[in-house]
Amino acid sequence: MTIFTRTAASAVALLALTLPLTLTATAGSAAEPIKIADVIELSGTGATTGTNWRNAAAMAIDEINAKGGILGRQVQMTDYDTQTNPGVSRAQIQKALDGEPYVILGPIFSGSVKANMNLAQQAEIPQFVGAQAEELTHLGDDYLFRANLSQGAGMAKIANYIHDDIKAKSIAVVWVNNDFGKGGHDAILKQMASAGIKIAADISTESGQADFAADVVKAKSANPDAIFVYSNEEESARFLREAKKQGVAVPLVGETTLLGQKVIDLAGDAANGARGHVSLSPDAPIPAVQAFRDNFKKRYDNLPDHAAMQAYMAVYAIKAMTEKLGKVDSKALAAAFHGGTVTPAMEPNVLMDASWDKNGDVDRDSFLAEVVDGKQKIVAVLPRLAK
Amino acid sequence: MTGLRRLLAIVLSLGAVAVLIAAPFDLKPYGVYILSLWAVTAIAVIGLNLMIGYAGQVSLAQGAFVGIGAYTTALLTTHGVPWIGALVASGGLSFAIGWLLGYPALRVQHHYLAFVTLAFNTLVGLIFRNEDWLTGGIGGISGIPRPSLLGWSTNPPRSFYLFCFAVLLLVALATWWLIRSPWGRAFVALRENPVRALSLGVDTRRYTLLAFALGSGLGGVAGALYAPLVQFIDPTPFGLGFSLNLLLMVIVGGSGFFLGPFVGTLVAVLLPEWLRFAQGYYLIIYAALVIILLAFCPTGLMGLFGRLTTALRPVPARPAAATLTETVP
Amino acid sequence: MGDLIHLITAGLATGAIYALVAIGFVLLWQTSQTINFAQGQFVMLPAFFVLAAMKQGGLPLWAAVLVGIAASVLLLGVGFKKLIVDPMRRHGVLPLVIATVALGLLLEESTKTLFSAQAEAFPALVPSTTFNVLGAPVSLQDLSIIGFAIVAVVALQLFLTRTTTGRCMQAAAQNPEVARILGIPVERMILLTFVINATLVAIASVLISPIYLAKFSNGGALGVAAFVAAIVGGFNQIRGAIVGGLLLGVVSNLAAAYISAQYRDAIPLILLILVILFRPRGLAGRAEERTV
Repeated sequence: MTIFTRTAASAVALLALTLPLTLTATAGSAAEPIKIADVIELSGTGATTGTNWRNAAAMAIDEINAKGGILGRQVQMTDYDTQTNPGVSRAQIQKALDGEPYVILGPIFSGSVKANMNLAQQAEIPQFVGAQAEELTHLGDDYLFRANLSQGAGMAKIANYIHDDIKAKSIAVVWVNNDFGKGGHDAILKQMASAGIKIAADISTESGQADFAADVVKAKSANPDAIFVYSNEEESARFLREAKKQGVAVPLVGETTLLGQKVIDLAGDAANGARGHVSLSPDAPIPAVQAFRDNFKKRYDNLPDHAAMQAYMAVYAIKAMTEKLGKVDSKALAAAFHGGTVTPAMEPNVLMDASWDKNGDVDRDSFLAEVVDGKQKIVAVLPRLAK
Repeated sequence: MTGLRRLLAIVLSLGAVAVLIAAPFDLKPYGVYILSLWAVTAIAVIGLNLMIGYAGQVSLAQGAFVGIGAYTTALLTTHGVPWIGALVASGGLSFAIGWLLGYPALRVQHHYLAFVTLAFNTLVGLIFRNEDWLTGGIGGISGIPRPSLLGWSTNPPRSFYLFCFAVLLLVALATWWLIRSPWGRAFVALRENPVRALSLGVDTRRYTLLAFALGSGLGGVAGALYAPLVQFIDPTPFGLGFSLNLLLMVIVGGSGFFLGPFVGTLVAVLLPEWLRFAQGYYLIIYAALVIILLAFCPTGLMGLFGRLTTALRPVPARPAAATLTETVP
Repeated sequence: MGDLIHLITAGLATGAIYALVAIGFVLLWQTSQTINFAQGQFVMLPAFFVLAAMKQGGLPLWAAVLVGIAASVLLLGVGFKKLIVDPMRRHGVLPLVIATVALGLLLEESTKTLFSAQAEAFPALVPSTTFNVLGAPVSLQDLSIIGFAIVAVVALQLFLTRTTTGRCMQAAAQNPEVARILGIPVERMILLTFVINATLVAIASVLISPIYLAKFSNGGALGVAAFVAAIVGGFNQIRGAIVGGLLLGVVSNLAAAYISAQYRDAIPLILLILVILFRPRGLAGRAEERTV
């Protein structure tokens, strides 16, 4: 055989053998279990957050199954790794949809959501995302729901805090230049403009950055009344340390991440004095929340972050709403969530009251907090808009 | 090749093509999407194989060229330019940038080219992210339409796959012709012994540059298909990780073999499926398998097939002769 | 003015980190023609050995560090050489480079799956007390890293040029065939190089992780920084690593503060491209003749 025929034969053999085996439908499963598809970032830059989300969802589902499932049926969750890549995320949601799930959880990264939300919409399967980009709920998708406050909502609350409590006339904004940080950056700039607060410095930083000397120097020399820090956990911790090292005197204000226990652990006493708004706090003074936090820590050996908390609450919200409906129907579920509310009275592990509006945005109580003595202290509760 | 063998070769090739055309009709939408992704990625890998396998130049920038093609197509098609025009622009722009990058970069020694292309890839990624007036920045470009050719819409997944496969076939045929041509022989001469090639009057610089630019251009063509495939692009898929993956596909398939890219891409795209049972461990297993494959057969899977089929061939009688054995250091 | 000084001192501290990662990289390249694309992951991993020794083994910090160094020497030194480099070396440079790319991926994913996907705090060997130097705050940790980097470079340089073993290593690197004829145990010399690299990365890991925090994804950016530092400084001289590393750290900081924060990562890369095109031997390197 010539080289060419050899290789052609090998290629055909390989193809013919492998394609049907791998890509045709898997064995049809019994109608019994309720299928939940978890399309989430388990590798790539989003791995840390995505893993927390998935772990919390898995924990919720195990708890639910142990108590008899939803409407007497066991729940089965399958993970689909988006690799923090929109192209892969689209493939994975297609794969998930091929399996005919009841509901989809995730992704967290807005790019991945934008790449795959149309498919869920076409299939009429509700999708609960962790993404916070403002625009997602304004694209006319009736099947998209948030698991957490949008960046617009969060920043509106922070803006009030900066204006009323800190009484700052100018702030420096330090933000991480990725999907998450850019959205927050744009949102806070918009809010500051309407509140009449000047932006003294606009400092972008990189994901994974370790040296914040230049950024603290820039922030200090702009002479702001406060510094707003919006970044991922490690970078927030490093920034806090560098700020302490350079003797930054003005208040450091943040949104959820900056005040989380993980950042406090990583930054040590450099975190003390940080303050701001927290949309979901595993440290909230609510017994159910603290029970969740302790169970998570026991099972996974690390503290839950807000992504974990959102996922946990989303799964239980789905359970509560499904039981209220009395049937397992994706389309009906989506309709029920528009304008619907779940409360701990319906299902204790929902943890807090939550309402969804017609766009799919969620509304919950949130908190103002400060870091005192290495712990997050809730200073005030900001009630949700709808009651 | 005797007449019978040539016939066999043609029949097998047509068989392979037929399987690939028929495949989507048996598969669920996910399977069809994966096949389309395979076809698109294979085009980029064919380009990289041209550079590495035939001209011996290691490029870590192929991901960036796919990105350049994808963004060009996305911007043009979302503003009403028909896909064919976008394809020409994407391929042409990537070719031109490849030429400009290669001109200074190929003057330096081998391993330095890898680092220059590494730097270039990251720089291009930064430009995609920061220049949001042009590229939409981190938010990306959504709603990229799928092409419509002479009234035939490629919106349905199967149609789009057939479209991608058609482009892949054209690229494969063009590459086959190129390799058989005097240009192709010059490329191989460059790879095997650049000094000798130079002494024989081959303009090594011109041919190296051509291989590099052509390979980059093919990356752009792949990008022109990637954009309508996913219908949303942002800077994340075109980073260094993607370039390294493409490089892995060339090597795993077998660098310098014509069918290497097809096999290498197939493995990379399908392996997560085969390793589905391993859940979170599949990347670990993939990496380990690559290392093992390279240790035993650095000529990749095509080389492995070659060796296996050679082993199966009956050994002709050979006159007893002393052979010099080479000590391997 | 205080700001500028602070930027430079902070840049030197970060640069020293890059230099530490680059030193081993240059050493491996010089002595065994190995371009180790997994060098960043090599620096990420030992910290996790230490953490595991402390958590699962219950060892105190100093003992865990010794365990970490030993594990590093075994896995990343001897193991790396015998299991990966030796089988690949006879096939040429490219398969080995690809193998190290795959190895980097393997180490990163293994750490993520088997240990933790989160960033972990790492205990500091050196307290973080801060001094005031010319109006800029400098911490003891920064100084210890800079100090160690300089000591490592000087020690290695002396070892390679003044001791017999060192000169044997150089000979083995420059011309293995002739070295063998002269009776130098070439394989053993190469093994020694890998062991030195493994020790260096382990110590670097322990020094860096209190600042960088131990995370599986640390390797990527550190690796790229190492390549840039090594090439800009001079691929064929150990001192190139420190020159390149320090320069890289300072230039990055100054660029971020005074040129563009969004393009801060671009400046080192542009520097890399310029150096490769116009002065391939690097700023502190020795000119290399082209071998036919």
